[in-house]
Amino acid sequence: MPTILDFERPFVELENKIAELTSFSREKDLDLSEEIEHLEKRAEELKRSIFANLTPWQRVQLARHPDRPNTEEYVRMLFEDFIEFHGDRCYGDDPAVLGGIGRLNGTAVTVVGHRKGRDTRENVSRNFGMAHPEGFRKALRLMHQAEKFGRPVITFIDTPGAHCGVGAEERGQSCAIAQNLLGMSALRVPIIVVVIGEGGSGGALALGVGDRILMQEHAIFSVISPEGCASILWKDPSRAQEAAEALKLTAHDLLALGIVDEVIPEPLGGAHRDPEGAAALVRERLVQHLETLKRMAPEELIRSRWMKFRQIGLVSEEAGESG
Amino acid sequence: MWIKCPWCGEILYNKDIVKNLKVCRKCGYHFRLTAEERLAFTLDEGSFVEYDSRLVADNPLNFPGYPEKLAEARQTTGLSEAVVTGEGTILGHRVVIGVMDSRFIMASMGAAVGEKVTRAAEHACERRLPLVLFVASGGARMQEGMVALMQMAKTAAAVKHLDAAGLLYVSVLTDPTTGGVSASFAMLGDIILAEPGALIGFTGPRVIEQTIKQKLPDGFQRAEFLQQHGMIDLVVPRARMREILGRIVMLHAGEGN
Repeated sequence: MPTILDFERPFVELENKIAELTSFSREKDLDLSEEIEHLEKRAEELKRSIFANLTPWQRVQLARHPDRPNTEEYVRMLFEDFIEFHGDRCYGDDPAVLGGIGRLNGTAVTVVGHRKGRDTRENVSRNFGMAHPEGFRKALRLMHQAEKFGRPVITFIDTPGAHCGVGAEERGQSCAIAQNLLGMSALRVPIIVVVIGEGGSGGALALGVGDRILMQEHAIFSVISPEGCASILWKDPSRAQEAAEALKLTAHDLLALGIVDEVIPEPLGGAHRDPEGAAALVRERLVQHLETLKRMAPEELIRSRWMKFRQIGLVSEEAGESG
Repeated sequence: MWIKCPWCGEILYNKDIVKNLKVCRKCGYHFRLTAEERLAFTLDEGSFVEYDSRLVADNPLNFPGYPEKLAEARQTTGLSEAVVTGEGTILGHRVVIGVMDSRFIMASMGAAVGEKVTRAAEHACERRLPLVLFVASGGARMQEGMVALMQMAKTAAAVKHLDAAGLLYVSVLTDPTTGGVSASFAMLGDIILAEPGALIGFTGPRVIEQTIKQKLPDGFQRAEFLQQHGMIDLVVPRARMREILGRIVMLHAGEGN
Protein backbone atom coordinates (compact mmCIF):
# COMPACT_ATOMS: atom_id res chain seq x y z
CA MET A 1 0.00 0.00 0.00
CA PRO A 2 1.50 3.33 -0.99
CA THR A 3 1.45 6.05 1.65
CA ILE A 4 -0.88 8.92 0.77
CA LEU A 5 -0.26 12.25 2.49
CA ASP A 6 -3.29 14.34 3.48
CA PHE A 7 -2.66 17.01 0.90
CA GLU A 8 -2.18 14.40 -1.84
CA ARG A 9 -5.58 12.87 -1.13
CA PRO A 10 -7.78 15.09 -3.37
CA PHE A 11 -5.94 14.30 -6.60
CA VAL A 12 -5.11 10.72 -5.62
CA GLU A 13 -8.82 10.08 -5.13
CA LEU A 14 -9.51 11.54 -8.56
CA GLU A 15 -6.79 9.42 -10.09
CA ASN A 16 -8.27 6.32 -8.49
CA LYS A 17 -11.64 7.22 -9.89
CA ILE A 18 -10.11 7.66 -13.35
CA ALA A 19 -8.49 4.23 -13.09
CA GLU A 20 -11.81 2.72 -12.05
CA LEU A 21 -13.66 4.36 -14.92
CA THR A 22 -11.01 3.29 -17.41
CA SER A 23 -11.21 -0.36 -16.42
CA PHE A 24 -15.01 -0.17 -16.23
CA SER A 25 -15.23 1.25 -19.75
CA ARG A 26 -12.92 -1.45 -21.00
CA GLU A 27 -14.85 -4.23 -19.32
CA LYS A 28 -18.25 -3.01 -20.49
CA ASP A 29 -16.90 -1.77 -23.81
CA LEU A 30 -18.34 1.68 -23.14
CA ASP A 31 -16.90 4.88 -24.52
CA LEU A 32 -16.24 7.10 -21.48
CA SER A 33 -13.24 8.83 -23.02
CA GLU A 34 -14.76 12.29 -22.81
CA GLU A 35 -15.56 11.95 -19.14
CA ILE A 36 -12.16 10.41 -18.38
CA GLU A 37 -10.36 13.14 -20.25
CA HIS A 38 -12.27 15.74 -18.30
CA LEU A 39 -11.38 14.08 -14.98
CA GLU A 40 -7.74 13.75 -16.00
CA LYS A 41 -7.61 17.45 -16.72
CA ARG A 42 -9.15 18.19 -13.36
CA ALA A 43 -6.70 15.92 -11.53
CA GLU A 44 -3.78 17.56 -13.32
CA GLU A 45 -5.03 21.05 -12.46
CA LEU A 46 -5.62 20.07 -8.86
CA LYS A 47 -2.16 18.58 -8.56
CA ARG A 48 -0.63 21.66 -10.14
CA SER A 49 -2.35 24.03 -7.77
CA ILE A 50 -1.56 21.92 -4.69
CA PHE A 51 2.11 21.62 -5.63
CA ALA A 52 2.38 25.29 -6.50
CA ASN A 53 1.37 26.17 -2.96
CA LEU A 54 3.15 23.62 -0.77
CA THR A 55 3.91 24.75 2.76
CA PRO A 56 7.35 24.05 4.24
CA TRP A 57 5.78 21.38 6.45
CA GLN A 58 4.26 19.65 3.43
CA ARG A 59 7.72 19.59 1.86
CA VAL A 60 9.08 18.04 5.05
CA GLN A 61 6.48 15.32 4.62
CA LEU A 62 7.44 14.83 0.97
CA ALA A 63 11.14 14.73 1.83
CA ARG A 64 10.40 11.96 4.34
CA HIS A 65 7.86 10.17 2.17
CA PRO A 66 8.38 6.41 2.59
CA ASP A 67 8.01 5.89 -1.16
CA ARG A 68 10.51 8.60 -2.09
CA PRO A 69 13.39 7.16 -4.13
CA ASN A 70 16.43 6.57 -1.90
CA THR A 71 20.17 6.61 -2.54
CA GLU A 72 20.33 2.98 -3.53
CA GLU A 73 17.58 3.46 -6.10
CA TYR A 74 19.17 6.57 -7.58
CA VAL A 75 22.48 4.73 -7.79
CA ARG A 76 20.75 1.97 -9.71
CA MET A 77 19.01 4.42 -12.04
CA LEU A 78 21.97 6.74 -12.65
CA PHE A 79 25.23 4.79 -12.73
CA GLU A 80 26.50 2.04 -14.97
CA ASP A 81 28.89 -0.69 -13.77
CA PHE A 82 28.36 0.22 -10.12
CA ILE A 83 30.21 -1.84 -7.51
CA GLU A 84 29.60 -1.35 -3.80
CA PHE A 85 32.60 -1.13 -1.44
CA HIS A 86 32.37 -1.78 2.27
CA GLY A 87 34.01 -0.76 5.51
CA ASP A 88 36.11 1.94 7.09
CA ARG A 89 39.28 -0.25 7.47
CA CYS A 90 39.16 0.58 11.13
CA TYR A 91 36.13 -0.69 12.97
CA GLY A 92 33.32 -1.94 10.75
CA ASP A 93 30.95 -1.51 7.86
CA ASP A 94 28.05 0.86 8.44
CA PRO A 95 24.98 -0.14 6.41
CA ALA A 96 23.58 3.39 6.87
CA VAL A 97 26.12 4.65 4.32
CA LEU A 98 26.42 3.34 0.78
CA GLY A 99 29.65 3.75 -1.16
CA GLY A 100 31.25 2.50 -4.31
CA ILE A 101 32.38 3.26 -7.83
CA GLY A 102 30.55 3.37 -11.13
CA ARG A 103 30.18 5.33 -14.32
CA LEU A 104 28.12 8.40 -15.09
CA ASN A 105 27.83 9.38 -18.74
CA GLY A 106 31.14 7.64 -19.46
CA THR A 107 33.07 9.09 -16.52
CA ALA A 108 34.21 6.85 -13.65
CA VAL A 109 33.02 8.35 -10.38
CA THR A 110 32.96 7.53 -6.67
CA VAL A 111 29.51 7.56 -5.11
CA VAL A 112 28.66 7.84 -1.42
CA GLY A 113 25.35 8.49 0.23
CA HIS A 114 23.17 7.94 3.26
CA ARG A 115 21.16 4.79 2.85
CA LYS A 116 17.57 4.70 4.00
CA GLY A 117 15.55 1.54 3.39
CA ARG A 118 12.46 0.97 1.32
CA ASP A 119 10.44 -0.78 4.04
CA THR A 120 10.59 -1.13 7.82
CA ARG A 121 12.79 -4.21 7.77
CA GLU A 122 15.30 -2.55 5.45
CA ASN A 123 15.16 0.64 7.43
CA VAL A 124 15.91 -1.15 10.68
CA SER A 125 18.90 -2.92 9.12
CA ARG A 126 20.20 0.42 7.82
CA ASN A 127 19.42 2.33 10.99
CA PHE A 128 17.07 4.62 9.01
CA GLY A 129 20.04 6.18 7.26
CA MET A 130 21.59 7.44 10.51
CA ALA A 131 25.31 6.83 10.32
CA HIS A 132 27.77 5.84 13.02
CA PRO A 133 31.35 7.16 12.95
CA GLU A 134 32.42 4.16 10.87
CA GLY A 135 29.91 5.19 8.19
CA PHE A 136 31.39 8.66 7.92
CA ARG A 137 34.88 7.16 7.95
CA LYS A 138 33.97 4.76 5.16
CA ALA A 139 32.76 7.72 3.12
CA LEU A 140 35.99 9.64 3.71
CA ARG A 141 38.09 6.58 2.93
CA LEU A 142 36.32 6.21 -0.42
CA MET A 143 36.72 9.91 -1.14
CA HIS A 144 40.46 9.71 -0.56
CA GLN A 145 40.53 6.69 -2.84
CA ALA A 146 38.71 8.79 -5.46
CA GLU A 147 41.30 11.53 -5.02
CA LYS A 148 44.15 9.11 -5.65
CA PHE A 149 42.63 8.00 -8.94
CA GLY A 150 41.37 11.41 -10.01
CA ARG A 151 37.72 10.35 -9.89
CA PRO A 152 35.01 12.92 -9.21
CA VAL A 153 32.84 12.27 -6.16
CA ILE A 154 29.05 12.37 -6.12
CA THR A 155 27.27 12.28 -2.77
CA PHE A 156 23.61 11.76 -1.95
CA ILE A 157 22.17 13.23 1.21
CA ASP A 158 19.17 11.61 2.86
CA THR A 159 19.33 11.20 6.63
CA PRO A 160 17.40 12.30 9.70
CA GLY A 161 20.82 12.95 11.27
CA ALA A 162 23.91 11.25 12.66
CA HIS A 163 23.15 8.31 14.94
CA CYS A 164 22.75 9.20 18.56
CA GLY A 165 23.89 6.52 21.01
CA VAL A 166 26.59 5.20 23.29
CA GLY A 167 28.70 3.42 20.67
CA ALA A 168 28.64 6.40 18.33
CA GLU A 169 29.94 8.64 21.12
CA GLU A 170 32.60 6.14 22.25
CA ARG A 171 33.93 5.84 18.72
CA GLY A 172 34.05 9.58 18.14
CA GLN A 173 30.98 10.74 16.24
CA SER A 174 32.08 14.38 16.49
CA CYS A 175 35.58 13.57 15.40
CA ALA A 176 34.41 11.54 12.40
CA ILE A 177 32.10 14.30 11.17
CA ALA A 178 34.74 16.98 11.71
CA GLN A 179 37.32 14.94 9.78
CA ASN A 180 34.93 14.64 6.84
CA LEU A 181 34.31 18.39 6.75
CA LEU A 182 38.03 19.07 6.75
CA GLY A 183 38.83 16.29 4.29
CA MET A 184 36.14 17.28 1.80
CA SER A 185 37.14 20.94 1.94
CA ALA A 186 40.53 20.04 0.51
CA LEU A 187 39.79 17.06 -1.73
CA ARG A 188 41.58 17.48 -5.05
CA VAL A 189 38.74 16.12 -7.19
CA PRO A 190 35.30 17.55 -7.97
CA ILE A 191 32.55 16.89 -5.41
CA ILE A 192 28.90 17.22 -6.34
CA VAL A 193 26.39 16.96 -3.51
CA VAL A 194 22.75 16.11 -4.19
CA VAL A 195 20.21 16.47 -1.40
CA ILE A 196 17.54 13.94 -2.35
CA GLY A 197 15.42 13.75 0.79
CA GLU A 198 16.10 14.74 4.36
CA GLY A 199 19.23 16.74 5.05
CA GLY A 200 19.46 16.31 8.80
CA SER A 201 22.05 18.54 10.44
CA GLY A 202 25.70 17.53 11.02
CA GLY A 203 25.16 13.95 9.87
CA ALA A 204 24.02 15.31 6.51
CA LEU A 205 26.74 17.93 6.25
CA ALA A 206 29.36 15.20 6.84
CA LEU A 207 28.72 14.18 3.22
CA GLY A 208 27.72 17.67 2.13
CA VAL A 209 30.83 19.75 1.48
CA GLY A 210 31.22 20.11 -2.27
CA ASP A 211 31.81 22.27 -5.31
CA ARG A 212 28.12 22.15 -6.07
CA ILE A 213 25.25 21.55 -3.70
CA LEU A 214 22.17 20.61 -5.66
CA MET A 215 18.84 20.07 -4.02
CA GLN A 216 15.75 18.39 -5.32
CA GLU A 217 12.67 20.53 -5.30
CA HIS A 218 11.00 18.73 -2.39
CA ALA A 219 14.09 17.90 -0.37
CA ILE A 220 14.88 19.68 2.89
CA PHE A 221 18.13 20.60 4.62
CA SER A 222 18.08 21.82 8.18
CA VAL A 223 20.23 22.52 11.21
CA ILE A 224 17.71 20.62 13.35
CA SER A 225 14.47 18.73 12.72
CA PRO A 226 11.37 20.93 12.97
CA GLU A 227 10.16 18.72 15.85
CA GLY A 228 13.45 19.13 17.69
CA CYS A 229 13.47 22.87 17.13
CA ALA A 230 9.90 23.25 18.40
CA SER A 231 10.54 21.21 21.50
CA ILE A 232 13.73 23.10 22.39
CA LEU A 233 12.52 26.61 21.61
CA TRP A 234 8.88 26.39 22.58
CA LYS A 235 8.88 23.19 24.67
CA ASP A 236 6.18 21.95 22.32
CA PRO A 237 6.98 19.43 19.56
CA SER A 238 3.47 19.86 18.13
CA ARG A 239 4.55 23.26 16.84
CA ALA A 240 6.79 21.56 14.27
CA GLN A 241 4.90 23.13 11.35
CA GLU A 242 5.72 26.58 12.66
CA ALA A 243 9.36 25.57 13.16
CA ALA A 244 9.49 24.23 9.59
CA GLU A 245 8.54 27.71 8.36
CA ALA A 246 11.01 29.53 10.62
CA LEU A 247 13.98 27.25 9.81
CA LYS A 248 13.94 28.06 6.06
CA LEU A 249 14.70 24.47 5.18
CA THR A 250 13.17 24.18 1.70
CA ALA A 251 15.22 24.06 -1.49
CA HIS A 252 14.01 27.43 -2.70
CA ASP A 253 14.63 29.13 0.65
CA LEU A 254 18.16 27.72 0.74
CA LEU A 255 18.80 28.82 -2.83
CA ALA A 256 17.75 32.34 -1.85
CA LEU A 257 20.05 32.19 1.20
CA GLY A 258 22.99 31.18 -1.00
CA ILE A 259 23.42 27.83 0.75
CA VAL A 260 22.62 25.64 -2.25
CA ASP A 261 23.61 26.27 -5.84
CA GLU A 262 20.67 24.89 -7.71
CA VAL A 263 17.20 23.41 -7.27
CA ILE A 264 16.58 20.28 -9.35
CA PRO A 265 12.92 20.10 -10.39
CA GLU A 266 10.91 16.96 -9.71
CA PRO A 267 8.09 15.51 -11.79
CA LEU A 268 4.71 16.97 -10.88
CA GLY A 269 3.50 15.23 -7.73
CA GLY A 270 7.01 14.57 -6.41
CA ALA A 271 9.83 12.09 -7.05
CA HIS A 272 7.95 9.23 -5.37
CA ARG A 273 5.23 9.33 -8.03
CA ASP A 274 7.75 9.08 -10.88
CA PRO A 275 11.19 7.85 -9.76
CA GLU A 276 12.51 7.35 -13.30
CA GLY A 277 11.44 10.86 -14.25
CA ALA A 278 13.08 12.26 -11.12
CA ALA A 279 16.29 10.36 -11.82
CA ALA A 280 16.41 11.68 -15.38
CA LEU A 281 16.20 15.24 -14.09
CA VAL A 282 18.99 14.59 -11.56
CA ARG A 283 21.11 12.91 -14.21
CA GLU A 284 20.89 15.86 -16.57
CA ARG A 285 22.11 18.31 -13.91
CA LEU A 286 24.82 15.97 -12.63
CA VAL A 287 26.22 15.44 -16.10
CA GLN A 288 26.34 19.14 -16.85
CA HIS A 289 28.08 20.10 -13.59
CA LEU A 290 30.47 17.18 -13.90
CA GLU A 291 31.57 18.36 -17.35
CA THR A 292 32.26 21.86 -16.02
CA LEU A 293 34.09 20.72 -12.88
CA LYS A 294 36.19 18.09 -14.67
CA ARG A 295 37.88 20.87 -16.60
CA MET A 296 39.05 22.67 -13.46
CA ALA A 297 42.55 22.17 -12.03
CA PRO A 298 42.67 20.77 -8.46
CA GLU A 299 43.99 24.05 -7.00
CA GLU A 300 41.25 25.99 -8.73
CA LEU A 301 38.61 23.56 -7.47
CA ILE A 302 39.79 23.80 -3.88
CA ARG A 303 40.07 27.56 -4.01
CA SER A 304 36.60 28.10 -5.40
CA ARG A 305 35.15 25.53 -2.99
CA TRP A 306 36.72 27.50 -0.15
CA MET A 307 35.38 30.82 -1.46
CA LYS A 308 31.93 29.30 -1.69
CA PHE A 309 31.86 28.31 1.99
CA ARG A 310 33.89 31.33 3.10
CA GLN A 311 31.14 33.69 2.00
CA ILE A 312 28.29 31.91 3.79
CA GLY A 313 27.21 34.07 6.67
CA LEU A 314 29.43 37.05 6.05
CA VAL A 315 28.30 39.36 8.79
CA SER A 316 28.23 43.09 8.98
CA GLU A 317 30.47 44.95 11.34
CA GLU A 318 28.56 47.26 13.56
CA ALA A 319 28.50 48.00 17.23
CA GLY A 320 26.30 45.67 19.24
CA GLU A 321 23.14 47.17 20.66
CA SER A 322 24.59 47.28 24.13
CA GLY A 323 27.84 48.73 22.80
CA MET B 1 29.68 36.39 48.66
CA TRP B 2 29.29 32.62 48.84
CA ILE B 3 28.93 30.09 46.02
CA LYS B 4 27.75 26.51 46.24
CA CYS B 5 29.74 23.95 44.26
CA PRO B 6 27.27 22.35 41.85
CA TRP B 7 29.19 19.07 42.01
CA CYS B 8 29.82 18.39 45.73
CA GLY B 9 27.59 20.99 47.34
CA GLU B 10 30.42 22.59 49.31
CA ILE B 11 29.82 26.24 50.16
CA LEU B 12 32.75 28.24 48.90
CA TYR B 13 33.83 31.82 49.54
CA ASN B 14 33.83 33.69 46.25
CA LYS B 15 37.17 35.44 46.68
CA ASP B 16 38.79 32.15 47.60
CA ILE B 17 37.47 30.35 44.60
CA VAL B 18 38.62 33.05 42.18
CA LYS B 19 42.05 32.79 43.71
CA ASN B 20 41.87 29.04 42.99
CA LEU B 21 41.07 29.73 39.29
CA LYS B 22 37.42 28.89 39.99
CA VAL B 23 38.09 25.30 40.90
CA CYS B 24 36.35 23.80 43.94
CA ARG B 25 38.93 23.21 46.67
CA LYS B 26 37.04 20.21 47.96
CA CYS B 27 36.15 18.14 44.85
CA GLY B 28 38.13 19.78 42.05
CA TYR B 29 35.03 20.80 40.10
CA HIS B 30 35.96 23.28 37.38
CA PHE B 31 33.42 26.09 37.29
CA ARG B 32 32.56 27.43 33.85
CA LEU B 33 34.49 30.60 33.09
CA THR B 34 33.50 33.80 31.37
CA ALA B 35 35.61 34.79 28.38
CA GLU B 36 37.17 37.54 30.45
CA GLU B 37 38.17 35.15 33.24
CA ARG B 38 39.59 32.66 30.77
CA LEU B 39 41.73 35.27 29.07
CA ALA B 40 42.95 36.52 32.47
CA PHE B 41 43.84 32.98 33.62
CA THR B 42 45.61 32.13 30.35
CA LEU B 43 47.45 35.12 28.93
CA ASP B 44 50.27 37.24 30.29
CA GLU B 45 48.79 40.25 31.99
CA GLY B 46 48.01 43.14 29.69
CA SER B 47 49.05 41.27 26.54
CA PHE B 48 45.59 40.80 25.00
CA VAL B 49 44.53 42.74 21.92
CA GLU B 50 41.04 41.94 20.69
CA TYR B 51 40.13 41.29 17.03
CA ASP B 52 36.80 41.91 15.37
CA SER B 53 35.07 43.16 18.50
CA ARG B 54 32.40 44.89 16.47
CA LEU B 55 31.40 41.85 14.50
CA VAL B 56 27.85 40.87 15.45
CA ALA B 57 25.14 38.43 14.45
CA ASP B 58 22.47 39.24 11.93
CA ASN B 59 19.08 37.58 11.68
CA PRO B 60 19.55 35.81 8.33
CA LEU B 61 16.28 33.84 8.53
CA ASN B 62 14.24 36.59 10.21
CA PHE B 63 13.72 34.01 12.92
CA PRO B 64 10.98 35.09 15.32
CA GLY B 65 12.27 36.26 18.69
CA TYR B 66 15.94 36.02 17.75
CA PRO B 67 16.83 39.73 17.84
CA GLU B 68 15.36 39.94 21.35
CA LYS B 69 17.33 36.88 22.41
CA LEU B 70 20.55 38.42 21.07
CA ALA B 71 19.86 41.73 22.77
CA GLU B 72 19.29 39.97 26.06
CA ALA B 73 22.50 37.93 25.71
CA ARG B 74 24.46 41.09 24.97
CA GLN B 75 22.91 42.85 27.90
CA THR B 76 23.59 40.11 30.44
CA THR B 77 27.12 39.23 29.29
CA GLY B 78 28.40 42.57 28.02
CA LEU B 79 29.77 40.61 25.05
CA SER B 80 28.94 41.25 21.40
CA GLU B 81 28.95 37.53 20.54
CA ALA B 82 29.65 34.09 21.99
CA VAL B 83 33.36 34.09 21.14
CA VAL B 84 36.09 36.62 21.89
CA THR B 85 39.14 36.49 19.63
CA GLY B 86 42.45 38.30 19.54
CA GLU B 87 46.10 37.83 20.25
CA GLY B 88 48.32 37.87 23.27
CA THR B 89 51.19 36.04 24.91
CA ILE B 90 51.35 32.90 27.04
CA LEU B 91 54.53 32.83 29.13
CA GLY B 92 56.00 35.18 26.57
CA HIS B 93 54.96 33.21 23.50
CA ARG B 94 52.68 35.07 21.10
CA VAL B 95 49.50 33.28 20.03
CA VAL B 96 46.20 33.98 18.34
CA ILE B 97 43.51 33.05 20.85
CA GLY B 98 39.76 32.53 20.83
CA VAL B 99 37.60 31.97 23.89
CA MET B 100 33.95 30.95 23.86
CA ASP B 101 31.57 32.05 26.57
CA SER B 102 28.68 29.70 27.31
CA ARG B 103 26.61 32.45 28.92
CA PHE B 104 25.95 33.83 25.42
CA ILE B 105 23.10 31.64 24.03
CA MET B 106 25.02 28.54 25.16
CA ALA B 107 27.95 29.73 23.02
CA SER B 108 26.11 28.41 20.02
CA MET B 109 27.72 29.00 16.62
CA GLY B 110 25.99 31.27 14.16
CA ALA B 111 27.50 33.30 11.36
CA ALA B 112 29.31 35.71 13.69
CA VAL B 113 31.00 32.96 15.72
CA GLY B 114 31.90 31.08 12.53
CA GLU B 115 33.28 34.23 10.98
CA LYS B 116 35.32 35.21 14.05
CA VAL B 117 36.83 31.73 14.38
CA THR B 118 37.61 31.71 10.64
CA ARG B 119 39.22 35.14 10.85
CA ALA B 120 41.24 34.07 13.88
CA ALA B 121 42.61 31.17 11.81
CA GLU B 122 43.32 33.58 8.96
CA HIS B 123 45.11 35.99 11.29
CA ALA B 124 47.19 33.08 12.57
CA CYS B 125 48.10 32.18 8.96
CA GLU B 126 48.99 35.74 8.02
CA ARG B 127 51.08 36.33 11.10
CA ARG B 128 52.41 32.77 11.25
CA LEU B 129 51.32 32.35 14.87
CA PRO B 130 49.91 29.33 16.70
CA LEU B 131 46.16 29.29 17.24
CA VAL B 132 44.69 28.38 20.63
CA LEU B 133 40.92 28.02 20.92
CA PHE B 134 39.11 27.47 24.20
CA VAL B 135 35.93 25.79 23.07
CA ALA B 136 32.56 25.61 24.80
CA SER B 137 29.31 25.34 22.90
CA GLY B 138 25.90 23.77 22.71
CA GLY B 139 26.28 23.45 18.93
CA ALA B 140 25.05 25.27 15.86
CA ARG B 141 22.69 28.18 16.58
CA MET B 142 19.21 27.02 15.65
CA GLN B 143 17.90 30.51 14.98
CA GLU B 144 20.36 30.92 12.12
CA GLY B 145 19.37 27.62 10.52
CA MET B 146 21.52 26.39 7.65
CA VAL B 147 23.65 29.53 7.77
CA ALA B 148 24.76 28.29 11.20
CA LEU B 149 25.23 24.67 10.09
CA MET B 150 27.46 25.77 7.22
CA GLN B 151 29.80 27.49 9.69
CA MET B 152 30.91 23.96 10.60
CA ALA B 153 32.21 23.46 7.06
CA LYS B 154 33.69 26.95 6.96
CA THR B 155 35.61 26.66 10.23
CA ALA B 156 36.81 23.13 9.39
CA ALA B 157 38.16 24.41 6.08
CA ALA B 158 39.83 27.31 7.89
CA VAL B 159 41.63 24.79 10.13
CA LYS B 160 42.79 23.00 6.99
CA HIS B 161 44.53 26.21 5.92
CA LEU B 162 46.52 26.19 9.18
CA ASP B 163 47.44 22.58 8.42
CA ALA B 164 48.66 23.47 4.97
CA ALA B 165 50.69 26.36 6.36
CA GLY B 166 52.32 24.03 8.90
CA LEU B 167 50.98 26.05 11.81
CA LEU B 168 50.03 24.77 15.23
CA TYR B 169 46.40 24.69 16.35
CA VAL B 170 45.60 23.67 19.91
CA SER B 171 41.95 23.26 20.86
CA VAL B 172 41.03 23.16 24.52
CA LEU B 173 37.64 21.61 25.15
CA THR B 174 35.79 22.98 28.14
CA ASP B 175 32.40 22.34 29.68
CA PRO B 176 30.28 21.80 27.61
CA THR B 177 31.47 21.10 24.06
CA THR B 178 28.71 19.44 22.06
CA GLY B 179 26.83 19.38 18.76
CA GLY B 180 28.00 21.12 15.62
CA VAL B 181 30.93 22.84 17.27
CA SER B 182 32.31 19.59 18.67
CA ALA B 183 31.84 18.11 15.18
CA SER B 184 33.90 20.80 13.48
CA PHE B 185 36.84 22.94 14.64
CA ALA B 186 36.79 21.64 18.24
CA MET B 187 37.86 18.14 17.24
CA LEU B 188 40.38 19.26 14.62
CA GLY B 189 43.21 20.51 16.80
CA ASP B 190 46.71 19.19 16.13
CA ILE B 191 46.63 18.82 19.88
CA ILE B 192 43.34 18.51 21.72
CA LEU B 193 43.33 19.28 25.44
CA ALA B 194 40.36 19.24 27.78
CA GLU B 195 39.52 20.45 31.25
CA PRO B 196 38.72 17.80 33.87
CA GLY B 197 35.08 16.81 33.99
CA ALA B 198 34.13 18.76 30.86
CA LEU B 199 31.16 17.32 29.00
CA ILE B 200 32.24 16.60 25.42
CA GLY B 201 30.20 14.82 22.79
CA PHE B 202 28.11 15.06 19.67
CA THR B 203 24.69 14.35 21.13
CA GLY B 204 23.99 15.63 24.63
CA PRO B 205 23.50 12.97 27.34
CA ARG B 206 19.85 13.85 27.99
CA VAL B 207 18.90 13.26 24.36
CA ILE B 208 20.81 9.96 24.32
CA GLU B 209 19.06 8.81 27.49
CA GLN B 210 15.67 9.69 26.05
CA THR B 211 16.52 7.86 22.83
CA ILE B 212 17.94 4.63 24.27
CA LYS B 213 15.71 4.77 27.39
CA GLN B 214 18.60 3.84 29.65
CA LYS B 215 20.60 5.67 32.25
CA LEU B 216 24.09 6.49 31.03
CA PRO B 217 27.04 5.36 33.15
CA ASP B 218 28.80 7.88 35.41
CA GLY B 219 31.55 9.69 33.62
CA PHE B 220 30.11 9.08 30.14
CA GLN B 221 31.17 11.86 27.74
CA ARG B 222 33.38 13.48 30.35
CA ALA B 223 36.89 14.62 29.39
CA GLU B 224 38.50 11.61 31.11
CA PHE B 225 36.18 9.24 29.17
CA LEU B 226 37.28 10.85 25.90
CA GLN B 227 40.92 10.48 26.81
CA GLN B 228 40.35 6.79 27.62
CA HIS B 229 38.65 6.31 24.26
CA GLY B 230 41.49 7.92 22.37
CA MET B 231 39.63 11.03 21.28
CA ILE B 232 41.76 13.71 22.94
CA ASP B 233 45.42 14.13 23.78
CA LEU B 234 45.35 15.15 27.41
CA VAL B 235 43.13 16.22 30.26
CA VAL B 236 44.77 19.23 31.89
CA PRO B 237 43.68 20.66 35.25
CA ARG B 238 43.09 24.40 35.10
CA ALA B 239 45.94 25.08 37.49
CA ARG B 240 48.39 23.64 34.95
CA MET B 241 46.72 24.82 31.71
CA ARG B 242 48.79 27.98 31.22
CA GLU B 243 52.04 26.17 31.83
CA ILE B 244 51.16 23.24 29.54
CA LEU B 245 49.98 25.56 26.76
CA GLY B 246 53.14 27.63 27.10
CA ARG B 247 55.28 24.50 26.90
CA ILE B 248 53.42 23.17 23.84
CA VAL B 249 53.81 26.48 22.02
CA MET B 250 57.47 26.63 23.00
CA LEU B 251 58.11 23.10 21.70
CA HIS B 252 56.63 24.11 18.34
CA ALA B 253 58.54 27.36 18.04
CA GLY B 254 61.38 27.52 15.56
CA GLU B 255 64.91 28.17 16.70
CA GLY B 256 65.47 31.56 18.21
CA ASN B 257 61.78 31.94 19.19
